[in-house]
Amino acid sequence: MSEVVLNTVIKSRGPWATAMRRLWRDRAAMAALTCFLIILCMCLLAPVYAGWSHAEPFKSTLDATIQINGQTVNVMEQSTEGLGLGYNPIGPTWQLGNYFLGADNQGRDVMSRLLYGGLNSFLIAGAATVLTLFFATLIGLAAGFFGGVVDAVLSRVLDILWAFPVYLLAISLSIVLIAHGIEIGPITIESGSLWLPIFIIGIVYIPYVARPVRGQVMSLRQSEFVMAAIGLGASNSRILLRDILPNVATTLIVFIPLMMALNMLTESALSFLSIGVQAPDASWGTIIQDGQGLLYSRPMVALAPGLAIVLSVLALNVLGDGLRDALDPRSKIKLGRG
Amino acid sequence: MLEVRDLKVSFHTEQGPARAIDGVSFDVAEGEILGVVGESGSGKTVSLLAVMGLITDPNVVIEGSIKYQGRELVGLPAKEMRKLRGREIAMIFQDPMTALTPVYTIGWQIAEQIRAHNSISAKQAEQRAIDLLAEVNIANPHEAIHRYPHQLSGGMRQRAVIAMALSCNPSLLVADEPTTALDVTVQAQILDLVRKLQKNHKSAVVFITHDMGVIAEIADRVMVMYAGRIVERGNKVALFSNPLHPYTKALLDSIPLLEGERPRRLKSIPGSPPALLNRPKGCAFAPRCANRFEACASVPVLPNAGHDAACFKVNP
Amino acid sequence: MLLAITRRLGQMLFVLVGISILVFLIFFATPGADPSARIAGRNASPEILEAVRKSFGFDQPFYMQYLIMMKKIFVTGDLTSFVNRGWKVVPAVFEAIPVTLSLVIGAAVLWVVFGIIIGTVAAATRGSWLDKFLMVLGLVGISMPVYWLGEVMNLVTQSRYHDTWMFSWVPPLGYKNISTDPRGWFLTLIIPWFTLAILYIGLYGRVLRANLIEALQEDYVRTARAKGLSETRILLRHALRTSLTSFVTLFGLDFGALVGGAALLTEVVFDLHGVGMLTYNALLTLDLPVIMATVLYASFFVVLSNALVDVVYIFLDPRVRTA
Repeated sequence: MSEVVLNTVIKSRGPWATAMRRLWRDRAAMAALTCFLIILCMCLLAPVYAGWSHAEPFKSTLDATIQINGQTVNVMEQSTEGLGLGYNPIGPTWQLGNYFLGADNQGRDVMSRLLYGGLNSFLIAGAATVLTLFFATLIGLAAGFFGGVVDAVLSRVLDILWAFPVYLLAISLSIVLIAHGIEIGPITIESGSLWLPIFIIGIVYIPYVARPVRGQVMSLRQSEFVMAAIGLGASNSRILLRDILPNVATTLIVFIPLMMALNMLTESALSFLSIGVQAPDASWGTIIQDGQGLLYSRPMVALAPGLAIVLSVLALNVLGDGLRDALDPRSKIKLGRG
Repeated sequence: MLEVRDLKVSFHTEQGPARAIDGVSFDVAEGEILGVVGESGSGKTVSLLAVMGLITDPNVVIEGSIKYQGRELVGLPAKEMRKLRGREIAMIFQDPMTALTPVYTIGWQIAEQIRAHNSISAKQAEQRAIDLLAEVNIANPHEAIHRYPHQLSGGMRQRAVIAMALSCNPSLLVADEPTTALDVTVQAQILDLVRKLQKNHKSAVVFITHDMGVIAEIADRVMVMYAGRIVERGNKVALFSNPLHPYTKALLDSIPLLEGERPRRLKSIPGSPPALLNRPKGCAFAPRCANRFEACASVPVLPNAGHDAACFKVNP
Repeated sequence: MLLAITRRLGQMLFVLVGISILVFLIFFATPGADPSARIAGRNASPEILEAVRKSFGFDQPFYMQYLIMMKKIFVTGDLTSFVNRGWKVVPAVFEAIPVTLSLVIGAAVLWVVFGIIIGTVAAATRGSWLDKFLMVLGLVGISMPVYWLGEVMNLVTQSRYHDTWMFSWVPPLGYKNISTDPRGWFLTLIIPWFTLAILYIGLYGRVLRANLIEALQEDYVRTARAKGLSETRILLRHALRTSLTSFVTLFGLDFGALVGGAALLTEVVFDLHGVGMLTYNALLTLDLPVIMATVLYASFFVVLSNALVDVVYIFLDPRVRTA
């Protein structure tokens, strides 16, 4: 009943303006957006931070020394435990620009690596999202609009991809490509390139987006305004671009932060398994892996990037929820599984 | 038996409170059938949902007084209200397609209501469900109790819903457009059924509809609602033969006559009912009324007489 | 109904064949390098390459190669590793399965129980602070990388707080056989179970809450209220019961995916030698035959568990059952 009332109450503004107003009033979503932007900006400043701190983010610097409170300290200290043969990297100094979060087992500055790693994580998640959305939209539009054989073939392929566990598909692709890269026609991706994880993550999530898009296009195809356009003799391309795509766009926009979140988790997992970002490049996943060996002695190496992931993914998920509520309150897009 | 006095229901919206029901008063006597007519949005369903205590939205404020057999229902604790609901006051809803939980058999759902209000065994409750289904003319009730809602036709489901509503012998039955979603032939059967059951169970019935034809068929007394207020009330015969309020007249004019000369065109009411947040200050029907004059700028009262209308032309 | 089951089986078979072909294409037909070089691993000698070529029939047409692969994995089970020369892969997979099942089943019990509790409590108190708190908690659970959470758990229970009364019972990492040491089996798995379950508790709690709130808007809930039922009964017997169907679908997908490899990260962090660990070790040595076997067995398990869910679905939803 109250729904009926509310529908009569909301005055007609443009749908986008209404959505933006709703989003703007959503305090949780705005806080999440701010948080996400702050983390992103910090990562974008990685080269500035690294240049200012004079600590090596990528080369191993086992014999480096730093000044703490006027004293010269080795970045790698002789271990005092056990036989005293190993070396322990220095722990967090909590002095910005001076091994703030300590060093990893190669004497590299964890803070610098964290910022650079974040850059890679965002880049991969973002690029993979673009890739997924692009191909998923193409497939969803084609299958949903043309139906028949096109739909049958595409849907069956999506069924198979859907049944294939995401991590296994990603692992299979990674292990085949990791040592030798890939060449498809003019495109060559070398092993170790960031494009490899982008490509892999972008592919594995296509069914997640393509299926709902296809469903939406199919119902739009049956809707009265599209029928009317067909009746008026509008061309397919005109109907697709003018009538269907704008309606699908809201779904796609809601998917952006949610897919970003999912991709960040997937990227970090693949990198943790050493089949994502390859050394000497860093991402939050690889830093957590670096930190695994130091977990009990220098936990900050693994804790910091993990916290960064949790914060970013949490922000993206909250933002995605807010966007969905603002754009399409009745939609059924669910949070992805990771 | 039921006395409603100055009932007001308001919704809180982004643009301030909206009053869906604005000072409605009426009585229902034992064993009578009261027909409530009005367009959608006139508040006929909301006022009866308020009586049932079924408005759970925290954004809704209910004021006024609803007395059932001398007991005040407004502000009654939820637990007490629950004991009345289903046992003393039962309700039949508009769409039998969605009114039953899809995952349980109708026998289960009827027995559930019986056992919620009476301490009897599952076996006895099942037997009672079978008897009830037989009473609402469902063939093979022994078998029918094991049917799921989706296996029954719309008419059958509505019969099952009615059987469920009658399961505890309520003294008041609220029927919210129970025939609207059904085929015309089935509608007539259901109306007959409601009348028959009303006689057998001696329940009072409040029958909500937008269809004057249905009212003519079933009601003893009629109450016409417009924009959250009662505009006319009276005995069915009196109201049909001598409608007082211009809105009632217009409603009756819009029904095709079976006898006599047919008009070339059915009359329709010019304009449309006011939106909830945009109701006129005075008489809500004034903007659509051909007879409006200065007095209509204030709200007309409905005298508490046998047959009367809230109109300044009728009660200057 | 028989027709529906037959159609479902046909669909399952189609997906199974589709997945195996996809796996075949990924491993043997990806452009970029000679598949025998990929299978033989790093720095393989010409003799090994030759052995690989012969073993997998790379001199024969594609469909023969596919059949040879399928035969090696599912019929004769004599797929061998070339990194660890002569190591039979298929028996290794079967040995690892109980470990993975122990991990996933335990976690599944936890996440179903807690997911239902959290989702129902949040829906019952919707709009309250408790509801908001539970939903934020769920979102945090969803946003945590499971392997990182595992490391934090290890840091707390194995190192930092191991010597306190709280975690002194936690045994060292590793897996204990359930038949020889049931107590050890249980104790070693408690922390991994919770770690794995947290993500799903958050996810299921949120999804269930949304479904419940949607169900509470339905007409049949209004009917149930009109019948004079208590709010608790309406929530549990009517709303929750109808929401369970989608819950089961989701569960089937996730359970299958976990047994089929998604539990890999948890296994790695807690040093549980299940199928995922097998895959991970093969990843480090680029041992393709192992991955081929685990991927195929795992994805078959996923398809199977999805089909199983459809059967359970039939029991839960009379509309499907009698259609």
